[in-house]
Amino acid sequence: MTAVDTAGGWTADEMMTVAAARQLRSATTCFVGIGLPSTAANLARTLYAPDLVLIYESGCLGAKPNRLPASIGDGILAETATAVITVPEVFNYWLQPGRIDVGFLAAAQLDRFANINTTVIGDYAMPSVRLPGAGGAPEIAASCREGIIVVRQNRRTFVEKLDFLTSVGFGSGPGDREALGLRGRGPRTVITDIGVLEPDPESCELTLTALHPGSTVEQAKDATGWDLVVARTLHETEPPGADELAALRRLTTTLETNGTP
Amino acid sequence: MARVVSLRDAIAGLVEDGDTVALEGFTHLIPFAAAHEVIRQGRKDLSLVRLTPDLIYDQMIGMGCARKLIFSWGGNPGVGSLHRFRDAVAEGWPVPLEVEEHSHAGMANRYVAGASGLPFAVLRGYRGTDLMDQTENIAPITCPFTGEVLTTVPALNPDVTVTHAQRADRAGNVQMWGITGVQKEALLAARSTLVTVEEVVDELAPMPGQVIIPSWALTYVAVAPNGAHPSYADGYYERDNAFYREWDAISRDRTRFRQWMADHVLEAGSGAGVAAI
Repeated sequence: MTAVDTAGGWTADEMMTVAAARQLRSATTCFVGIGLPSTAANLARTLYAPDLVLIYESGCLGAKPNRLPASIGDGILAETATAVITVPEVFNYWLQPGRIDVGFLAAAQLDRFANINTTVIGDYAMPSVRLPGAGGAPEIAASCREGIIVVRQNRRTFVEKLDFLTSVGFGSGPGDREALGLRGRGPRTVITDIGVLEPDPESCELTLTALHPGSTVEQAKDATGWDLVVARTLHETEPPGADELAALRRLTTTLETNGTP
Repeated sequence: MARVVSLRDAIAGLVEDGDTVALEGFTHLIPFAAAHEVIRQGRKDLSLVRLTPDLIYDQMIGMGCARKLIFSWGGNPGVGSLHRFRDAVAEGWPVPLEVEEHSHAGMANRYVAGASGLPFAVLRGYRGTDLMDQTENIAPITCPFTGEVLTTVPALNPDVTVTHAQRADRAGNVQMWGITGVQKEALLAARSTLVTVEEVVDELAPMPGQVIIPSWALTYVAVAPNGAHPSYADGYYERDNAFYREWDAISRDRTRFRQWMADHVLEAGSGAGVAAI
């Protein structure tokens, strides 16, 4: 967790999670991974979108947990779901045909075309870090109508070249998704602890379009392993409101106390 | 008809060195007691199959049971890394581990093909990813009707599939509910099977969202109370989230890991389950 911003009384991670949750205001269905995406999606359901349908790859459709789940198969997800279905069904009948609006993903490495690595750091055969791997991400990235990526921005993560391409954003640029037969539109936005990046409509390259309060363009460029393009009009993210912070902290507290005696 | 036997006899009768073995259960109903019995019986050179290796395969890999892992997501859910898995991949400890990795959709469809008696499954997946370059078990195919290029993965037909369920009746019909993951497909894809259950009852009262596997489709049923701990069994006990967090420290160090396994698995009898943790 980053240090508390002295002016606003919130952390960069809290700003990132709130900014990600706001992205779900108009979504109706969201495929959720565990970690930051799950926190943001549940915050969105609490604050802005009570009818948002959360879908977890364990087969929980329309889960409505009143606390953060500790894993994608947490019992609270099954108990509160509209339907509990099998894993083949969630991928084949619900994700693959394009029924889900938004796929929410994290990344260990990200490149300028929003391609994601969650497999290895270093050489595949002799990795310096063996990461968990693909999980549901490649097909979430392929088949949701659009994607949102939540990731902390630094040079280890924002790289010129991925060590391994696990999930496709825009491949090597315009036209690649169509050529590969990926039917979703691809990532719509990348939310970081510094600001917001969006793909350029022409080049598909991630462009810095907003900074969170207190962040600078220089900071964003320093944290990016390629020559970061900055939008002509740069917005400033609205800082987290008291209601947003209170709801987020209430949620994260439920996770910390979950399962401990 | 499934034979209802002891866990020790079921594992001894089913699992041989070199087998391809799937112990399934997606976060819920993970068959830990059965895995511990495989470890106690000293099986090795296994090809272990599972979407999410979880702590169950971290333990089997660290105890030297596995030659190969076929999987799609290898982390400690909600906590972080699987240290025994990482150590085996990076350092070959205690034995080298070959990996074949897929996505969840790919693995799920491999079981579906296996259960369906088909040689392969077709899906929209993997295209544009580096996963396709690492195994021959992901290949493109052109649809004969539309000309569209799709992806195929071969059927998975494990020598043995093991799952855990809430209960069975005396005839060996099995009932599970809650998150049932890929268990039905993994069981029906296998050449032989074992389902461990919390209890055997006279009659299987219907439950919402239940999956029933008829006795005649199974090889063995064995009673293993608390047999999914530290994962959970809906209606019986909750997930031991604290243990999943503790595992991070236990598994980081080779010596501490081996000592923990000696104390809690090797020296525990087959009837002990994992209740003593």
